Amino acid sequence: MSETPVDAEEVRHVADLARVDLDESELEEFAAQFADILDYFDALDEVPEVESETDLVNVMRPDEVREGLTQEEALRNAPETEDGYFKGPRVS
Amino acid sequence: MTAQALEQRDLTVVIGLEVHVQLETATKIFCGCSTEAADDEEPNTRTCPVCLGLPGALPVLNEAAVEAAVKIGKALDADVAEETRFHRKNYYYPDLPKNFQITQYDAPICSDGTLEIAVEGDRRDVGIQRAHLEEDPGSLQHEGGGIDTADYTLVNYNRAGTPLMEIVTAPDFRGPAEVRQFLAKLEEVLEYLGVFDSTRDGSLRVDANISLVPSEEARADGTIPTDALEAANRTEVKNISSHKGAEKALAYEVTRQKNAVERGRGVEQETRHWDESRGITVSMRSKEEEKDYRYFREADLPPLQVADWKERVPIPELPDARRERFREEYGLDAEAASKLTSTKEVADFFEDVAAEFDPDLAATWVADNLLGELNYRGMEITDVSGRLDEFKRLVELVAAGDITVKNAEEVVLREMLDEGDDPDTVIEREGLGKAAAGEVEGAVEEAIEENPEAVEDYHEGEEGALNYLVGQVMGKTGGSADPGTVNQLLRERLE
Repeated sequence: MSETPVDAEEVRHVADLARVDLDESELEEFAAQFADILDYFDALDEVPEVESETDLVNVMRPDEVREGLTQEEALRNAPETEDGYFKGPRVS
Repeated sequence: MTAQALEQRDLTVVIGLEVHVQLETATKIFCGCSTEAADDEEPNTRTCPVCLGLPGALPVLNEAAVEAAVKIGKALDADVAEETRFHRKNYYYPDLPKNFQITQYDAPICSDGTLEIAVEGDRRDVGIQRAHLEEDPGSLQHEGGGIDTADYTLVNYNRAGTPLMEIVTAPDFRGPAEVRQFLAKLEEVLEYLGVFDSTRDGSLRVDANISLVPSEEARADGTIPTDALEAANRTEVKNISSHKGAEKALAYEVTRQKNAVERGRGVEQETRHWDESRGITVSMRSKEEEKDYRYFREADLPPLQVADWKERVPIPELPDARRERFREEYGLDAEAASKLTSTKEVADFFEDVAAEFDPDLAATWVADNLLGELNYRGMEITDVSGRLDEFKRLVELVAAGDITVKNAEEVVLREMLDEGDDPDTVIEREGLGKAAAGEVEGAVEEAIEENPEAVEDYHEGEEGALNYLVGQVMGKTGGSADPGTVNQLLRERLE
């Protein structure tokens, strides 16, 4: 992975997908940071294989309704709301 | 392939579908929130930390959604995977509270099925490439304008997490009418399975891939080779929400593509949005490609091994098989068999009645009388499912000749539906029980005494006079006498 350096163009694309607005200087800064982060992952290649727990399968729950949150609770962390809705910018 | 080359060729329409259907479960796919939308419910009142994507919340798969998926797999004659798992599809859009959708990617629960449709009298199999489980996003309202001109967006997560099955067909459709037929058939099958409710708003959504391929590329059996398909630019039309809408949207899009080719412009590969109110498709600027979704394993959900559920989970007899059996077992004609299997509830209702009475009588009463009167009132069979015994009582009264067919049809059945009364109550109230013999004879006597002129006319050979007298007797008995008997009695009495 880390053999392919991360360039500014790639950072811009990833930022676009995440709807994050970066300016030119930030692109360079993050490109360097991306490369560092990917290097950390290389360290995982050196971790020896260990015996893992038996993998779970078929974990399911019965189709029974459980009490959830009230509207007030659901909206509590939202910076902006209107008439019981979460409110956000235009999307297209 | 260049547009110039295409212009001069005969073109074949090629359509493939991705159909999203909401599964009828009590709760959402990964949490215990209800899927039941109350009329005019408040937004964000059926949510929890899981379907709001709050930090630390863990999804747990709903067993009923898996069961429904297996049923669909069986009905579509598909393979149920030995092992199936979930992935995260990453995209940033506010209808997804987690910024990813939990879906299936490389190991869908069902694959390689078929659904048979009738196209201009011919039966044809439509290939089902795959069918997988996923969660429904929330719903957005674009306030103060259209999707691209709105001032802001309001978000409601009540729908978020509703279980969806995405059913992907092979590019087997050659025109919009076939698509409509397929969707109607699919809905019918899903409703028979009891996993889908077509009356629920937004319960079926369709994305369609459409392209025009030179007709000479088609194989003898009508299928199109993959390379010919890939050579043609296709559009993906999103936001189709009904089978009627699908036919309209696709007819529009086919014409638009043909025009583009004829004018030498060619078709651009793009995503388009069906605008139902304007009846057109519009280009959507979509920058995302498949790889941009960065699918990766959903580590919070262990894999599923449910291939053996195919044996364990029963499915009911499907509509085509049931129609066929109705024709053989009850001797019904195609039209009656078709009407009586239009929904599982109608078919069950009919079989209950046919078990006790002559199948022809049962068919007439259910298919013609009951369904006709229900339809006239905008009612459904499910509105009277609980009154099967009352309906059977009515058929019993008719079969035994205790009430005239005319009264049963025109008075009793209608009042049963309008007033909610049982047949005996209606008969009592309206005095429709077939008149006792003595009562009819009395009425015949009276009619003769009161109408000497008609009697005279009859003796002079006017047959119309007898009909007049029959009418008088019928009137006196409130229509409850049998006209044949009255006729007979009058003739005897007047000889």
